[in-house]
Amino acid sequence: MITAAPADEAGIAAAIADACAACEPLLVQGGGTKSAMLRPVQAVRTLSTRNCSGMTLYSPGELVFSARAGTRMADVETTLSATGQHMIAEPPDFSLLLGTTGEQTLGGIVATNFSGPRRIAAGAVRDHVLGVRAVNGTGETIHSGGRVLKNVTGLDLCKLLAGSHGTLAVLTEITFKVLPAPEDSCSVVLHGLAPHTAVAALAAAVGSPFGVSGAAHLPPAAAARLGATQSLTLARIEEFAASVAYRGEKLCVALNDFGHAEIWPGAVSRAAWASIRDAHVLPTDPDHAIWRVSVRPSRGPEVLAAARNAGADGYLDWAGGLVMLSGPASEPVHAAMTGAVRRAGGIWLVLRAPAPWRASVSVVPPEPAALAALTHRVKAALDPAGILNPGRIFAGV
Amino acid sequence: MITLPPPKQEVLARREAIIAGLRRLVPGDGVIGDALRLKPYETDGLAIYRQPPLAVVLPETTEQVAAVLRFCQGNGVRVVPRGAGTSLSGGALPMEDAIVLGLMRMNAILDVDYVDRCATVQAGVTNLAITDAVAERRFFYAPDPSSQLACMIGGNVAMNSGGAHCLKYGVTANNLLGLRVVTIDGDVLDLGGAHLDAAGYDWLGLITGSEGMLAVVTEVTVRILRSAEGARAMLAGFHSNAIAGACVDAVISSGIIPVALEFMDRPAIHACEAYAHAGYPMDAAAMLIIEVEGAPAEQDFLCARLTDICRRFDPISLRVAATPEESAAIWKGRKGAFGAVGRITPDYFCMDGVIPTSRLPETLERIGEMANEAELPVCNIFHAGDGNLHPLIMFDANSAQQFTRAEKLGADILELCVAMGGCLTGEHGVGIEKRDLMHLQFSPTELDQQRRIKSAFDPGWLLNPAKVFPLEAT
Repeated sequence: MITAAPADEAGIAAAIADACAACEPLLVQGGGTKSAMLRPVQAVRTLSTRNCSGMTLYSPGELVFSARAGTRMADVETTLSATGQHMIAEPPDFSLLLGTTGEQTLGGIVATNFSGPRRIAAGAVRDHVLGVRAVNGTGETIHSGGRVLKNVTGLDLCKLLAGSHGTLAVLTEITFKVLPAPEDSCSVVLHGLAPHTAVAALAAAVGSPFGVSGAAHLPPAAAARLGATQSLTLARIEEFAASVAYRGEKLCVALNDFGHAEIWPGAVSRAAWASIRDAHVLPTDPDHAIWRVSVRPSRGPEVLAAARNAGADGYLDWAGGLVMLSGPASEPVHAAMTGAVRRAGGIWLVLRAPAPWRASVSVVPPEPAALAALTHRVKAALDPAGILNPGRIFAGV
Repeated sequence: MITLPPPKQEVLARREAIIAGLRRLVPGDGVIGDALRLKPYETDGLAIYRQPPLAVVLPETTEQVAAVLRFCQGNGVRVVPRGAGTSLSGGALPMEDAIVLGLMRMNAILDVDYVDRCATVQAGVTNLAITDAVAERRFFYAPDPSSQLACMIGGNVAMNSGGAHCLKYGVTANNLLGLRVVTIDGDVLDLGGAHLDAAGYDWLGLITGSEGMLAVVTEVTVRILRSAEGARAMLAGFHSNAIAGACVDAVISSGIIPVALEFMDRPAIHACEAYAHAGYPMDAAAMLIIEVEGAPAEQDFLCARLTDICRRFDPISLRVAATPEESAAIWKGRKGAFGAVGRITPDYFCMDGVIPTSRLPETLERIGEMANEAELPVCNIFHAGDGNLHPLIMFDANSAQQFTRAEKLGADILELCVAMGGCLTGEHGVGIEKRDLMHLQFSPTELDQQRRIKSAFDPGWLLNPAKVFPLEAT
C-alpha cells in the first residue's frame, strides 16, 4: 500500500488529478479509524487528508469555525471547550469499537455523517455543516456553502458530500455551526423496562415540553456495561443549571406511569451518555459483526427482538430510532436483521465485519433501480473516472 | 432587466396538441389553456416580472404528476413547478413555452404520528396548516417563513425556507424526514422516510433547496416538535445600528440562544409602528425583538440575563412582555412588516443577503450610503441572530429610471454581502432574481460542477429552466 498524505489542498488536488489521468483508484481516508466499515475498497494507493490540518477560523460570537479536513477531532473539541462551546451533533468515536488505532478527523466525521445521541433534538452532523471545500474526482477544487449561518445559494453540495464516504470528492476544509455547551445536564432514569414499554416512555419524554436531548434504552446486557443489574431507560436534559433541576423533576413526574424514575446528576449522566454515544455499552465479541440501524422510533423494539432471535444483541438510542446491534457475521443473522429493518421501513449500515464478508453482503440497503441509476449518474458528475473510494458503499459505484 | 431564453418555436407551434395531450393525463378542469385563466400564473411573489405560460396543469395525484412529467420529457416541454406562488426570487416565473405544474390541489394531510413525531402531507399543504393540524396536542412544525399562511410545503422544500425561529429550530432541510419526488423521467422516488439517517447519498439534502430543478416534490414527511411550556418576547431600542449590532453579538456570545432575535432599523420601526401601533420606540435608531422559551420561571431567568446584557448598551427603551398579550403586541409590528412597507411605497424589492454577524454594523452603514447614492429609501428588517439581512428597497415601478436604480442597488447590496464574507441568499432562493449574480459567489468550475449534477437528474434541462444558473452557463 502506497500512502500519500499531502499537507495542503493543492497537494490533494494534484494527487487526485494524477490518479484520474492514470485511471488509478484511491482509498480516501482521514485518520482511518472507520476503515473497518462498509465495503472494502480495492486500491493500491491511499490518499489521506490527515496532514492537511489546522483550524483556519474560529469566531465564537458568530458560532462558527472552519478547519482543514485532517484536523483531529480531539483538537477541535479542546479548542471549542476552551470557550464553552461544542459540536452540536455530538459525533461518536467508534475507534475502540472498530478496533482501529489513530485519531478521527473532522473530515472523517463529515464524510460518514455519524451523529450522537443529541441527533434527536439538534440534528445530524450534516445539519451543522455550513460550508465545504473539496476536490472532485478530476482534481478540480470546489466550494459549497460558506461561513454564514443561512445560505441557500446554489445546489447544497455540503449535504451531498456529507455522508458520501469519500466517494464523490475529497473534503479539504469544513465550516461548522457550533453552540454554547450546556451549563449542566442530568438524566431521568427508569429501571427494568422491556423495550416496547421503554420506547413508549421515551416517546413521552421526547414529546414533552422539557427539551429532552438524549433518549436511550439499554437491555440488561448493555446496561451491565454501566454497572446496572437490569435494563436502563434514560432521558437526558441539557440546559442552564436552574432549568436542569426544574425540568428533571417535571420529567420524573411525567414518566411516573412507567415506574419510579431517578435522576442521575451531571457527571454520572455525562459518563453514561459518552458510553452510549461511542457504543461502549454494546455487548460484542471481537469477531462479531456490528450493524447500525435507523428506523422509525416505535419500530426499534421489533428490530431489536428480531436480532435477539437470530443470536445478536444490542441497544436503542434516538428514542428507539437508532438500533446498534452486534452478532455473528453470518448470512442468516444478516438476513434476519435486514429483513426486520425492511419490514420496519428503515436503513442499516454494516459498521464492522471481516473484510471478505463485507464484500459479499449489502452493507446498506440496495437502491431501487431508478435511484441506483441516479446514484451512478451523480457519482459520474463528480468522479467520472470512478477513482474515489470505488465500491465503498455499493459495488460498482 | 432579467432576460429569458428564447422559447422553443416547435413547442409553441404544437401548443394545441400539447394541451390536448395533457388533458388526457389530467382530466376535468385540471389543464388550463385559455389566456384569461392563465393570467394568475404569470408571476409570483416577485411580481415585477411577468410571463404567461404555455398552459397550467393542476394534478391531484403523484401518478398524474409522473404522467405529466413523462409526457413533457417525451415532447421536450419545459416545466415550471409551482406551489402557492409566493417566491420572492421569481422561482416560479413561467416561460412562454413552459407549462406551470401547480401542486395546490394536492393539499391533503396524509398522516400525523405523535409517537414518532412526524407528519406526512402532500406538497400543496400550506406551512401553517401543518402546525394547525397538530396544535391541539401542542406540537408544531418549526420553520415559519413570513408567508406561512399561504406558502406550501412543496415550495418550502424547493427553496429550503427559513423563518424567524430558525435560529433555534433550523430551516426546512433540518426539519425533513422524507420526500416523495417525481423525476423528469416520471420515476417516483421515496427518499428517507420516518427514520432519521439515510443510507447512500443524502438525496433529501440535495433536493431541498434545489429550486425545482432536480425533481418535483409531491409528498413530504416533516418532523413535528412539542411546543415549549411558554414563550416571552422583549424589545430593546438603541441609539444606533452599530450599538444594536454589538448587542446582538453580546447576546449570542453569552451562551443564550434565543428562539428569535430580530432587528429593525429606524425607517422600519416607523413604518411598522404606523401600521401596527405596537408601541415601538420611535426615537430609537434600531430595535431588537428577542424571544425566549420555557416555563415562566425559566423565562424570568433568561429575560433577566438578557436585560443585563442589553443594559450594557445604553438602551433608549427596554421592555419585557409581562403577559402573552404583550408578547403578541411586540411581534405584531414585525409580523406585519411587509404589509407596513407596502403602505408607504408603490413597490419594493426584498433582498435576502447574509453576512457574518460581526460585520453587521459596517454593512448596515454601507447600505445606508448606497441607498443615499441611489436616491432610494431602504429599510432593514431582518433575522439578526443568523445575519440574514432583508433590506427593503422602495421605488415606483412606473418610473423606468427608479426601477433600474432599484435593481442596481439590490445587486450592489448583494455584492456587498458576498464581499463581507456572506452569500447572495439566506432563505428566498436564487430564482430568476439573483441568477446573474451567481458568478460573485461561484467560480466557473464550481458552476459547471453544479450544472453536471443538475444534468444527472434532468439531462434536457426541462425542470424550472432559466433559474439559478446564469444563462450563458446553461
